[in-house]
Order: sequence, then C-alpha cells, then structure tokens
Amino acid sequence: MFLAMALPNLVLIGTFTYWPLINNIYYSTLDWTLGSASATVVGLQNYVTFFTSEDASKVLGTTAIFTLVTVGGSMVLGLLVALALNSKVRGTTFARSAVFAPYVLSGVGVGLVWLFIFDPGYGVLAWILRGFGQQSPQWINDPQLSLVMVIIVYVWKNLGYCAVVYLAGLQSLPRDVMEAAALDGANTARRFFNISVPLLSPTTFFLLITTMLSSLQAFDLIRIMTPLGNGTSTLIYEAYLQAFGAYNRAGYSAAISVILFAILLIITVLQLRFVERKVHYS
Amino acid sequence: MSASSSAVVVDSPQANAQSAAKHEPPRPFSKANLIRTVATGYLPLILATLVVFLPLLWMLLSSFKQPGEIVTMDLKILPESLNLENYATAMTTVPFAQFFANSLIVTAVGSTIKVMLAILTAYALVFVRFPFKNVIFVLILVALMVPAQVSILPNYILIAGMGGKNTLWGIILPGLGTAFGTFLLRQHFLTLPSSILEAAEIDGAGHWRRLWQIIVPVSVPSIATVALVTVVSEWNDYIWPLIITDRPETMTLPVGLTLLQNSESNGAGWGILMAGAVLVIVPILLVFAALQRYIVAGLTQGSVTG
Repeated sequence: MFLAMALPNLVLIGTFTYWPLINNIYYSTLDWTLGSASATVVGLQNYVTFFTSEDASKVLGTTAIFTLVTVGGSMVLGLLVALALNSKVRGTTFARSAVFAPYVLSGVGVGLVWLFIFDPGYGVLAWILRGFGQQSPQWINDPQLSLVMVIIVYVWKNLGYCAVVYLAGLQSLPRDVMEAAALDGANTARRFFNISVPLLSPTTFFLLITTMLSSLQAFDLIRIMTPLGNGTSTLIYEAYLQAFGAYNRAGYSAAISVILFAILLIITVLQLRFVERKVHYS
Repeated sequence: MSASSSAVVVDSPQANAQSAAKHEPPRPFSKANLIRTVATGYLPLILATLVVFLPLLWMLLSSFKQPGEIVTMDLKILPESLNLENYATAMTTVPFAQFFANSLIVTAVGSTIKVMLAILTAYALVFVRFPFKNVIFVLILVALMVPAQVSILPNYILIAGMGGKNTLWGIILPGLGTAFGTFLLRQHFLTLPSSILEAAEIDGAGHWRRLWQIIVPVSVPSIATVALVTVVSEWNDYIWPLIITDRPETMTLPVGLTLLQNSESNGAGWGILMAGAVLVIVPILLVFAALQRYIVAGLTQGSVTG
C-alpha cells in the first residue's frame, strides 16, 4: 500500500532529482560538446580549467557579491518593512499583501518591466536623472552597473518574502517582555536592538539560509536583464551559458553545476544541523 | 496559518491616511499625536506599497502607449488613449495566444498531477506502516533542497533522448516529482488527531477510503496552499522550458516573452514588451489578490511554528 501510494512520486524524484546529480558528476569528467555523439574522458580537467582560469575569480566573485548583497539587502529592508507592517494602523493587511506580491510574479515579466525603467534612453530613471541634469549610466553595457541593476531588482522582488517572515516573527514575540521593558523606561530603539533582534534570531537564521539558497539559484531575472551575462555571470548563469549559450561546452558546464551543488549542499547540511534546535517545524 | 480575514482589504492606504483622524481610537486628537501616527504608522506603509506598485503601474500604462509616446525626451505619464495596438502587435509578432494556451496546459496538468502525488505520498508517509519511512522522508527532504537548476543539463540529455524536446510533456515531466507538497502536507497530516481515523478503522474502511473521505476533506486549506503555490511556480517556471523548447509552437509565456524581447529590442518596442509583461504578470497577480493568504502561508511555511 505504501509503495502503491508513494512510488510514483519517489520514482520521479529519483529520476529527475537524484539521478541527474550523479550524471552531472559523470558529465563533469568529460570533454564534450553538447549535441556531439562522442566525448572524451578527461578526469578532473574541467575543474582544473575552471579554477586556473580567470573564470574562477570572476564567476565566484560575482556569485559572492550577488549573494551577499541580495541576502543582506532583502533581510535588512525586509525587517524595516516588517516593523512598518507591525504598527497598529489600518491598512497593514493590504500593505502586507502588496509588498509580498512581487515575490510571486514571473521573474521574466518583472525583469522586462525594470529593464524598461533602467533604459538609458527612454526609461523613467533616465528621465528623473535628466531632471537633476545628470546623464543616465549605461546600466546594461557596463559590467559592474549591470550587476548593480540586477541586484536592485532582485531585492525589490524578494524583500516582501523577508518582510512577511519577519512580521510573523515580530508578532510572536512575547508581549509581556516588551511591556516590562517599556515600563523599565527602555525606549523604542533599545527595545528593538536589545530584545526584538536577539529574540528574532531563529527567524533571522531561517531567512539567512533560505534567501542564500534562492540567491544562489537566481536565474530568471539575470537571464532576461543581461542575456549575454556581461558582468552578471554567477555560477548558475555561467553553467547555463557554457552549455546552452554560444559554446555548448557540456562537460565544463556540468563541472560548474557540481561546484554550485557542493556549495548548496554545505549550506543545507549546516541548516539541517541547526534547524532541529533553532527552528520549529511544528 | 489561521488568518481570519479571508478577503483582501481593497481600500487604499492613501484613503486610510486621509481618514486617519476619523478612525483613530479615542486617544487624544492632538495635532502632534496625529502627525506621529502618520509619520511612523502610515508613511512607511505608503512608501513600501508605492515602491511595489509604481513599477507595475508603469508597466500597465506603458502597454497602452504608442512608440511616439515612448521614444521621446519629455516623459508622458498617462497614455494618450487606451488603445490595444501593442497587444495586437505582440500577438502577431510571435504566437502569443499559443504561448498562453501552452502555459495554461502546462500549469493545469502539471499542478494537478503534482498535488495528487503530494497527497498520496504524504498520506503514505504518515498513515501507512512501512519500514524505513524516516529514511524515505529524509530523502524527500533533501530533494527539497536540490534545485532544478543544477540538474538542467542531465535532464536535458535525458528528456531530449526520450524525444521530449519541443513537446509539452517534455516541459511537464521532469518537474512532476514533488518534495515541497509532500513535505508541507506531511507536516499537516501529522497534526491531525488520530481519533478521526479510529472510527474509520473500526468501520473497516481501507486506506483509499480513509484518505478521500476523511483526510482530504479536513485538509482542504493545506491542499489549497500546496495547489496554489504549485500553480504559481509552474506558471512562472522559466529555465527548464527555456532549455527544452526552441520552437514557438511549444513555448510557454515566459519563454515566448524572451522571443518577443529578441525581436523588439529597439526603444520603440517597449510598449509591445510591456503588453507582453502584462499578459504574464496579471493572471498571477489576480490569483494572488484573490487567494493571497494561502499563497503567503505556503511560501513562508517553516519559518515559524505552525
């Protein structure tokens, strides 16, 4: 009975989630052009190529910057928005839904909308800058600025998630502790930093892990806003470009995927070790 | 997950701000107090809401604008007329109606199967005796952490080898295994009191009847949560359909939008691209507006107890 009910799902997960992981490791040892019938086994050559070329510092650096800034940005801004949502005024239910909305929208659609806003010729941003007598920066052509642009949009899209999770955390804080501190004369800022922030640490830890995992997997926005990967080649995007872009380097792409998976695995293992103690799954 | 208000509050925060004085509880109506409420309560909320809405509003307004209204140095906020020419152009430049239909089929078929599989697997994990159930659960939990992104190349080779390139089943199949739905429903089933199954057991009802006549009816909110989150992610899914399709006949909306972007890459094309963006964004926005409490609950699951 158990197998009759669970087997289809387990087989699918096995075939399309676990089996590819093993295959990826095998492919990463090949010198193989996608679409070609023949491949040569080259052992660890793809990894050596990656780590000894400029790619390593460029791709790993871009990944690190993108991940750290988007995680930090959406968590800090998310906490600020959560504080605003936690105030006792009308309209917070609506505002809560509103700030969460971008999180569920298509990354492709959102990316196009923002690409138009950032357009150096006809975008709103260029128009605002002209009002201040400034020229619009070349957001798309400049490698560094294109990374900044993608980060801004990514944070816009994801901070609502952090805000809603932080809001739930804030609302579960023990009321009596806050009231006692207020009676003792602690002002809002002190109550926030000395009571709320420490008590929110399980929420912060949870968000740190989940947003880090999703930032490392961010693809839609990056692909649509910077189709050529100019300065925005994170690990996932580089793996895509190498296999499905101009080069069709399947083996090399697989090696990058394996590196990405290793990083994700480390984060996940860390999470599983802490999560048992710190976050309750009811 | 116990949201009591089911409807989305539709009154705008701006209107609230204006009527703040009227709705304020009977605290002193002093000017200073009022200013403080507006500055610390409403202002941040309005600001946050605007930051979200203005870009989307801009998308909608621009989708009605003619090239002449976009390729200009002095920006016009409102379109001259609500004409749908950009939508018509988007539809004729690329087969947009086909993309829309493909997205609907992929989302409907994919989500239905995934939800069914999640219900069955979660029930089996909680209510059916089987050795190594915990090991199996851990394997599902780990699969939850394995992103589809790292598997795209092997899955591409596999599906292309099966003849699934440029087919709808090729788009749907690799995503069907569901770790998320299984996990979420398992957590919910564990909270059900065992007494509700005892009566059925005495009646001699088999697992199949227990599942559909007892467990499913009391789990509608959780199942709705799983279903909605699945619908949203199927509709928005990009990387896999992008790789497995290269012919317009089987592309989904997000992939089709990429195709449109390639053919409208000059300044005059922005209106058309915004029309395309409206078509991919607005359906999900409407679903979200109507059923947001399930979606928010599902997507933030695991963050706090419950």
